[in-house]
Amino acid sequence: MRIFHKFSWEFKVCRPIAALLLILSVSVMATLNAQVDTFEFENEEQQKRFRTLSNELRCPMCQNTNLSGSTGGVAEDLRREVHRMIVDGFSDTEIEKFMFDRYGDFIFYRPRLRAETILLWFGPIMFLLIGGYLALGIWRRASLSSVDSTSLDSEQAAQLQKLLRSKH
Amino acid sequence: MNRFNFFIPAIGFFVLALILWRGLYLDPKELPSMLIDKPMPTFALTTVDGNEISNADLPNSMFLLNVWGSYCLPCLIEHPTLMRLAEEGEILVVGINYRDKKQLALDWLGDNGNPFAFSILDESGRFGIDLGVYGAPETYLVDADGVIRYRHVSVLDENVWRQDFLPAINKLQAESNTQQ
Repeated sequence: MRIFHKFSWEFKVCRPIAALLLILSVSVMATLNAQVDTFEFENEEQQKRFRTLSNELRCPMCQNTNLSGSTGGVAEDLRREVHRMIVDGFSDTEIEKFMFDRYGDFIFYRPRLRAETILLWFGPIMFLLIGGYLALGIWRRASLSSVDSTSLDSEQAAQLQKLLRSKH
Repeated sequence: MNRFNFFIPAIGFFVLALILWRGLYLDPKELPSMLIDKPMPTFALTTVDGNEISNADLPNSMFLLNVWGSYCLPCLIEHPTLMRLAEEGEILVVGINYRDKKQLALDWLGDNGNPFAFSILDESGRFGIDLGVYGAPETYLVDADGVIRYRHVSVLDENVWRQDFLPAINKLQAESNTQQ
């Protein structure tokens, strides 16, 4: 019994620590997942822009990975292209346009707001509004009809009295 | 009016079901090309055989532009179809050897046969980026004016040829006939 007690005490303390270690190692693995390229930049700002862009741009081949996390061939080429354009002095907007002209909306994890993407951006809120409106209507009708079914207005009451009287 | 209101949820359900049903059969891996109805991007490269090549050297007739590589297994699956098209003279096929090594490409053509009028060597994949290529195999239909009219991603077998390419080609020919 005593041994069991000791064991459970250790278990109680050790388990959270183990869990913590596991979480830490997984998150470390996640950050290591980014592909290591040996790109050189003129300054820190360029390097920061590169990191932001390659995290924002999606690899067209691998569907659910950004450029920085993908081992795909095309992702490698696109990273090299982003690097070249940054060093050559292109702005972020120009780089994004370059990618859009070749790969379309898919290249962005957050598609730009255009006529074709309006439904994507506002569809969910539209459905929420329609659903809310319908729910409100149903709720209102339900509360109205529950009042109506139990109480009679004066005209109906008079009619009821008349009917009851005529029976006698 | 009241009678019609009664059917609104049912109609809404069927419209949504229809849209989602269609969604089941869309391939999320097949991205629409941004280059449809745009001219071929400009390039100045060499062929696999070492000849210099640029836009001016492209065929004056309608042709297929097939993106391939010696590492690409699906390319072997579509290879017999490309061979047949080239041998029977149904359409001219131009290759883009994408992200490959020249010698490996030459060996592959030697081993399997060469359906291509010529293959543009794109070792760096840079020309592929301008075309919006994201992996071999991909096949583009380019018209006589050098304008890209259709793209197919992944294997081009006889079924795809009949169901996708022939209608696209017929449509283009009908268009050019009405213009003349």
